[in-house]
Amino acid sequence: MLAAPDGGLSLTIAQIVERLKGSGLHAQLERQARLSLHNPEIKLQSLKEDIKEFLKTSGWEKKLQNAVYREISMVDSDIASSWTVKSRFIKSRFPLPCPPSVPPEHMKESLAYMRKAQGNWEKRILKSLNSMCTELGIPLSQKRSPNEQKELLNKWNEMGTDEPDLSHFRPVYAPKDFLEVLMNLRNPNYDTSEQSNFRNHLGLIQVPLNVKDIPELKEYFSELDLNIGQMDIDDSAHVPPELFENEHVRIGQKVLMEQDSAAAQQYVRQGCPNSLRAELWALILNISSQPEDILYYEQLKSNVIQHDLLVDSLIYKDVKLTASNDDYYFVFEDYLYQVLLCFSRDTSVLEHFVYNSATPPKSYIRGKLGMEQYAVFYPPNGVIPFHGFSMYVAPLCFLYNEPSKLYQIFREIYVRYFFRLHSISSHSSGIVSLCLLFESLLQTHLPQLFYHLREIGAQPLRISFKWMVRAFSGYLATDQLLLLWDRILGYNSLEILAVLAAAVFAFRAGNLMEVTSLAAAEAVLADLSTLKVMPLLQIFLFATGS
Amino acid sequence: MALEPVPCTIKNPVALQVGDMKTELGRPGVLVIDVSFPHSQTTDLQAISFKNYYTAFLTLRVQRRSSADDGNGSPSKWITCLRNYCLMPNPHTEEGSQNYFSISRHQMLCDVDRVAAMRFILRQPSPVWLHFTIEELQLFSLCQKSPQKGFPAWLSHPSPQEQPASLHDGLPDADRVSSELQQMWVLTEMLQASQPVARIGRFDMDDSYDLNLLSYT
Repeated sequence: MLAAPDGGLSLTIAQIVERLKGSGLHAQLERQARLSLHNPEIKLQSLKEDIKEFLKTSGWEKKLQNAVYREISMVDSDIASSWTVKSRFIKSRFPLPCPPSVPPEHMKESLAYMRKAQGNWEKRILKSLNSMCTELGIPLSQKRSPNEQKELLNKWNEMGTDEPDLSHFRPVYAPKDFLEVLMNLRNPNYDTSEQSNFRNHLGLIQVPLNVKDIPELKEYFSELDLNIGQMDIDDSAHVPPELFENEHVRIGQKVLMEQDSAAAQQYVRQGCPNSLRAELWALILNISSQPEDILYYEQLKSNVIQHDLLVDSLIYKDVKLTASNDDYYFVFEDYLYQVLLCFSRDTSVLEHFVYNSATPPKSYIRGKLGMEQYAVFYPPNGVIPFHGFSMYVAPLCFLYNEPSKLYQIFREIYVRYFFRLHSISSHSSGIVSLCLLFESLLQTHLPQLFYHLREIGAQPLRISFKWMVRAFSGYLATDQLLLLWDRILGYNSLEILAVLAAAVFAFRAGNLMEVTSLAAAEAVLADLSTLKVMPLLQIFLFATGS
Repeated sequence: MALEPVPCTIKNPVALQVGDMKTELGRPGVLVIDVSFPHSQTTDLQAISFKNYYTAFLTLRVQRRSSADDGNGSPSKWITCLRNYCLMPNPHTEEGSQNYFSISRHQMLCDVDRVAAMRFILRQPSPVWLHFTIEELQLFSLCQKSPQKGFPAWLSHPSPQEQPASLHDGLPDADRVSSELQQMWVLTEMLQASQPVARIGRFDMDDSYDLNLLSYT
């Protein structure tokens, strides 16, 4: 689809160079190169080659490689297939071989009706937030008094002990409100006349997106096949499991030694050993805790101390309602406040709205209503938390105990993956595609079960939607959840969530065929904490009939 | 070598339909859009670009004028320069349905110089879509003798009698000034280009982030 003869490669390169130029890595490389001039091995005659060699042997080349790999995996998704992405970055600098400017909203989401639906949904959220402000008579944001600032600073590490009265606050929305919106999503150009009723989908999602079928999934997730070793699976009775695990740990250490993001990503497809997971994920996400990152986190913290936001109360309420009630996660309550409050103040999160179909809410500084130069985003990161948001952070607390590192990892995972779980888009990892993938898998795999549940008014998606929106956090046992998230990072895709949701239904199919109501079906699937993720996925994908 | 849009006339799409348009239940699966150039000019085509709207395949035919007959000969033959170019990998689903496309001359099956007329043939075999077409169609050629490039002579070289002679006394040489200015311009451009992308991360304005309500617009 690209105009350039090399399939747009040169454009991608130009774009990545542009992105890296402003980064800290660029400055560091430059500094290292300059310092290396004092090195006696660097000769003036072969300056360029010598410096290149120096950067290679001193490990800086690897760092550059990983940074490039990060950029590639951020664009290497659906949108990269149209040349939208590339043209945006280079438009200003190079005479374009391909013509006109593609509007930025097309890059957020290519389908106009999806953009519209997302816009309407956002409007609803804004209204709800505004009416909460008016009802409670509190502003969206105000500066804390010096005394309040001091008080908050003192209890920064034990914010959970605070019990403010939050009974008037209600979560802005919960997953089931969002599902209603997705169910009503329609393509205005899709024929829904009487004669073509046979074409209507039997499930709740009615948009004609392309989703993978079982053969395509088998190929896509080929590393999960039955004959390939996985962490947490005892393959056969007479081979001791340590045989694979020890070897896998050894390879994992080697990957870490190499400091290669791409290798780490391939490696985690078979699951991480618990001891190596924290480092491997950081490597895949290209997070290295530099002093300036810690400084950045401290700055966010001081921003939290200075300003009192309404979303803080929403975060408080959410943590109290979800993580604090969870057997696994309640101990991390204080960490969750710290990370989520800092997250809300982080303006670097705004960058992800270039490829997210959502748009950050806007407000005006008090007294400057309507004056464009006083328009600001609210909250500063542009993300309004919904009921269950804190569950995206909670499992990570098991891996990282340094708050600034925990924070960086969460932010990166959010802007790469999790924002897609609550934005309306046609992306293959977007929640709409996941819902459709789940429904179509269940229909083709277990048509009788699907039909039965539909007949008794228990549409399967009504049960599985909340699992997927939360990426199963809070539903699975933690060790199992981390094995699942290994695959999200490994495949750079959220599709595994829909496959697992379908696999859970398949696993409980016998019981589900007996139920006669939605409540009963929900009861059958209420407790997922005893399930083993990998065997379920393997059986569903590779060991069932078709 | 920059590209510039070619002025052209794009006719309304014509649907090809078996039977009577009004009574036939099925929708047409083929649409034809003709493009012509003003004043029977010809164009050396470099690229075309458009925004898709639910067209699955695109065929492009062009009528080229051979150098032998200049204008008034018999109309030349139509040749196909793009055959069923796939815009939607699966015609029944959304992928590619509203994407922007740009197709350049080396992706075409034949030479597209001296094009006198073009015909876009759009196909949509899937019956699930109510309409299909292409939008924002633009044709591009190389701008070689573009009129904007050079100023007309009367603008850059005022005739001697109009020249206000007195002004030039004691002024530095215009060529030198302009070359120095150019250098400065390049420097500022470079400075602008090398601005760090890293944000400072402030979200308050004039030391205030006091907000009451969200804005709907």
